[in-house]
Amino acid sequence: MRSKVILGKEQFQITIKRLCFQLIENHHDFSDSVIIGLQPRGVLLSDRICDTLRGLLPKSAISSGSLDITFYRDDFRRRESPATPAATEIDFIVEGKKVILVDDVLYTGRTIRSGLDALLAFGRPAAVELVILINRKFSRQLPIEPNYVGKAIDTISSDTVKVDWKETDGEDAVHLVRNRKDDKGS
Amino acid sequence: MTKDLKTHRLSTRHLLGIKDLQTEDILHILETAEHFKEIINRPIKKVPSLRDITIANLFFESSTRTRVSFELAEKRLSADVVNFSASASSVSKGETLIDTVNNILAMKVDMVVMRHPSPGAAVFLSNHVDAHIINAGDGTHEHPTQALLDAFSIRRETGTLKGIRVAIVGDIRHSRVALSNIFCLLKLGAEVMVCGPPTLMPKYIGDLGVKVEYSLKKALAWCDVANMLRIQSERQHLAFFPSLREYVMQYGVTRHVLDGLKKRIIVMHPGPINRGVEITSDVADSDQSIILQQVENGVAVRMAVLYLLAARQSM
Repeated sequence: MRSKVILGKEQFQITIKRLCFQLIENHHDFSDSVIIGLQPRGVLLSDRICDTLRGLLPKSAISSGSLDITFYRDDFRRRESPATPAATEIDFIVEGKKVILVDDVLYTGRTIRSGLDALLAFGRPAAVELVILINRKFSRQLPIEPNYVGKAIDTISSDTVKVDWKETDGEDAVHLVRNRKDDKGS
Repeated sequence: MTKDLKTHRLSTRHLLGIKDLQTEDILHILETAEHFKEIINRPIKKVPSLRDITIANLFFESSTRTRVSFELAEKRLSADVVNFSASASSVSKGETLIDTVNNILAMKVDMVVMRHPSPGAAVFLSNHVDAHIINAGDGTHEHPTQALLDAFSIRRETGTLKGIRVAIVGDIRHSRVALSNIFCLLKLGAEVMVCGPPTLMPKYIGDLGVKVEYSLKKALAWCDVANMLRIQSERQHLAFFPSLREYVMQYGVTRHVLDGLKKRIIVMHPGPINRGVEITSDVADSDQSIILQQVENGVAVRMAVLYLLAARQSM
């Protein structure tokens, strides 16, 4: 097993800041837009993005929430044990808003598919966009692509991407872990 | 991502009674129900979790609340539902329980929710058929989902069940709600007292670890929560008390009785209420009563039970 840092602490912050500027470019003062993080790990990214946006746009009120997708998963009963749900907090109206969905890693696309279903239970948004910190290319099982990407990387299915957050893991960093069987752990 | 989620499996394939459940199972069901409670208050109250599951509701005894509650829970989880009531079926033509259920299972049903007048019917069925069995009340034995939703409702009011004093008042002898509630509340750390006329008190009920009290006044003065039970006249084949009027005078909770207490207690009732018997209308409709919250919570708790049991089924 080999681990490689693909986003260090400083780059991590630069990337998030860049994503925020890209969002401002398209959403201006966020009066018609809302930001929703997918539970559990997407919420950490969406919180960070919202904090940064509030710093950059002190006059705008930015609505943010979290969305749990457990009951919308397509692998229910195919898993060893049921996933434990987390809280959904959407205390604003989604109807007619531009929704920015946020998750940390985009891999097969199935989580986002569940997220879209879960989101539509709250109403009919005007549009939905997707912000992703790490886009694992070439591994999609559904036709889902992000609108904003922190960093795109090439991986194979045995790899794992690990996103560490200052709040939960002590430091901001993204690691790529190679779990290849022929890898003797050099 | 998903690997970070804490996971827990129920220790059982069926929900037959609270007695055999582990405390962790109960807590896990209550935690999951919190999420479903949030979902049933959304504009779209439906999630697709059980869309590949078929559930048969077999009611061999009359029921309004439990049946509607189960059916709504199943539909909000996107399961396919078939309803069956004994009066309109081949049971009245002499078919046995196992035959009836096996015929239904032959049509590829995954889960069976059953209410039956005989105690032990759910356990018996679980030993003979393949599907997940959920007991929706078996005679005077257990009614596990009612106990779970009562515990859930108390917890939402008080924040915890540890050390909470619950008095169960009324026809303890014929009540499956009482028995399931006793098991459930004791497992969750509450203190339980049963109160009713001596003739409606099972002989060795104290051995379960509950206090026994025959005076309503003393029971209400002791408790934080009073769970009022209905007189089950359909199961009473003897005269257990001289008259209904006398029962009401001794064991009926009225506004006057509640105002006489030095504290504010929570009043619960599993339904159906006989207004003017176990509680008067001004108590049932007061802000101390959480009877309608219990009904709302019932759907969330039953969704949690169905969801967690279905997850036990491997593909």
